[in-house]
Amino acid sequence: MRLRLSALASVALASVALASVALTPFALSSQFLVNLATLTAFSAFIGQAWNISGGFGGLTSFGHAAYFGVGAYVAALITTRTGLSPWLAFPAAACLGAATGGVIGFASFRAGLRGSYFALVTLAFAEAFRVIANSAGFTSGGLGIHLPLRPGIAALQFQDRRLSYALVLALLGLATAIALQLRRGRFGARLIALRENEDAARALGIDVVRVKTTALALSGALTALGGVVYAQTYLYIDPGIAFGTERSVEMLLVCMIGGAGTVLGPILGAILLHAIADTARLWIDLPGVAPMLYGVVLLIAVWLLPGGVVALRTRLDRG
Amino acid sequence: MSEILAAALVNGLLTGGVYALVALGLTLIYGVLHIVNFAHGALLMVGMFGAWMLATHLGLSPYAAVPVMTLAMFGFGWALYRFVIGRVSRGEDRALLLATLGVSIVLENAALIAFSGDMRQLQTDLTFAVWEMGPLLLSVPRLISFAVAVAMAGLLWALMSRTDTGRAIRAVAREPEGARLMGIRPDRMFALAYGIGVACLGAAACLLLPTFYVSPNVGDTFVLVAFTIVVLGGMGSFPGALIGGLLIGVTESLGGLLLGESLGPICISVVFIAVLLLRPTGLFGAAR
Repeated sequence: MRLRLSALASVALASVALASVALTPFALSSQFLVNLATLTAFSAFIGQAWNISGGFGGLTSFGHAAYFGVGAYVAALITTRTGLSPWLAFPAAACLGAATGGVIGFASFRAGLRGSYFALVTLAFAEAFRVIANSAGFTSGGLGIHLPLRPGIAALQFQDRRLSYALVLALLGLATAIALQLRRGRFGARLIALRENEDAARALGIDVVRVKTTALALSGALTALGGVVYAQTYLYIDPGIAFGTERSVEMLLVCMIGGAGTVLGPILGAILLHAIADTARLWIDLPGVAPMLYGVVLLIAVWLLPGGVVALRTRLDRG
Repeated sequence: MSEILAAALVNGLLTGGVYALVALGLTLIYGVLHIVNFAHGALLMVGMFGAWMLATHLGLSPYAAVPVMTLAMFGFGWALYRFVIGRVSRGEDRALLLATLGVSIVLENAALIAFSGDMRQLQTDLTFAVWEMGPLLLSVPRLISFAVAVAMAGLLWALMSRTDTGRAIRAVAREPEGARLMGIRPDRMFALAYGIGVACLGAAACLLLPTFYVSPNVGDTFVLVAFTIVVLGGMGSFPGALIGGLLIGVTESLGGLLLGESLGPICISVVFIAVLLLRPTGLFGAAR
């Protein structure tokens, strides 16, 4: 009972702490702080999207940029080639992201790809998408797409950065709610069961291919939403930005540092990663320094913190 | 048209020889340590910068640098496994993959800090030299690279099959416990095998330098190529890596010719995905 209470108390404490950190930028109207908070929340959001398949399902993907890029190009094409409202990019990107994840997942899982092989095949898919975007006419090839500047909520372009931040926070809330549901619900239980022991899960009657494919489609849909937000915020995308490895690595990194397969992991990971990267930028502002630190942090996380920062608490509890 | 095709075919074969050397290192590391060495491309990049420095600062021709870089990269790979990858990963599949990913991120960005993101091309006397063989014009640096790559592959084969060290490495790969009982220390053999795999990259880096540009992210191009070759030939298979290297060299060259420069590279991804989805054991691999 004491343990249950202390667990409850620490969850409540963590939630209050996170909520107050998340809401501070609204009160202070410092541009710098709002931008920093938006970037952090964005990393946490796409990390949480990765976490759904990569963490809870144990499906380590090196190619989530495929879904991110699909979302980004959907937003760019809807804005530049059609007269439709950019808000429609959200449902369209979610559907296409889910379809992409579903197809990649179904093909890979039916072929029985696991572990490193799955990681590599996702990388190859993202690379194939990059090459296609780089040479196809409808994506303007390597030139990329500039989205016209049309400030206004109807055009999904926010002049007040705090609105962007609110949108990203809402998406992070959505992804986190889904992650919470996975922790509690039946589907999540199946997903976690097959991560822990696929043969045992199959023996219990779980349709392994179906559960994994669904998880990847869900993750793909959420990641594609991130692509839409990116394109609408920065108003420029090209094949490298959309489908490059950096994005895939960022998603996996925040999960690995914070704790893959936990609800709070990607959020803590994103906060930690941005804190480290931005502190480093204050000291030495050279291209490559921050990403190099990411690599070092990843090595340290794999070495000393196999369960991420989140696992520290349970370790401390056990003494 | 047929002459252009033939030229593309031969040039693809020649580049494929160097690719095969890159893939041999990867397949050795996989076969012995069961590591999917994601840092392979970044390590090749390190080798290329090493050879580039030797050429620009000491005036050493890339071909003369082959033995130097092979030894240097052996030492680098050995130390990398001994002090970083082996310690960080504790032998878990996912941890190994992430550890090699972490190493590749660190190496790429360290190179970015040290050399900036510019692409550099080494001009040697031979860069544009061609050799006429009947109707075909063959690039001389590619011919030399192919010959040296084949010689290095032969050396590697002799090392692995004819020496005690090679036998010990193969014993550890097959049966770590049994090898331990025979007085072989598996952790030493693992570091040795990783070093030898990376040494192949040292040689390959020198051979690629006269015909390829160097930049901190040049490894990204090669990671997928090397994995495609190894998967096509069968993970862990030596003949598979050799034949796969030649096949992928030709595929890339013909893909570039038929689909154009920008869409051509898709052939590599498509072959890779198709092999993994349809025949994951590759052409020569044993059933998993």
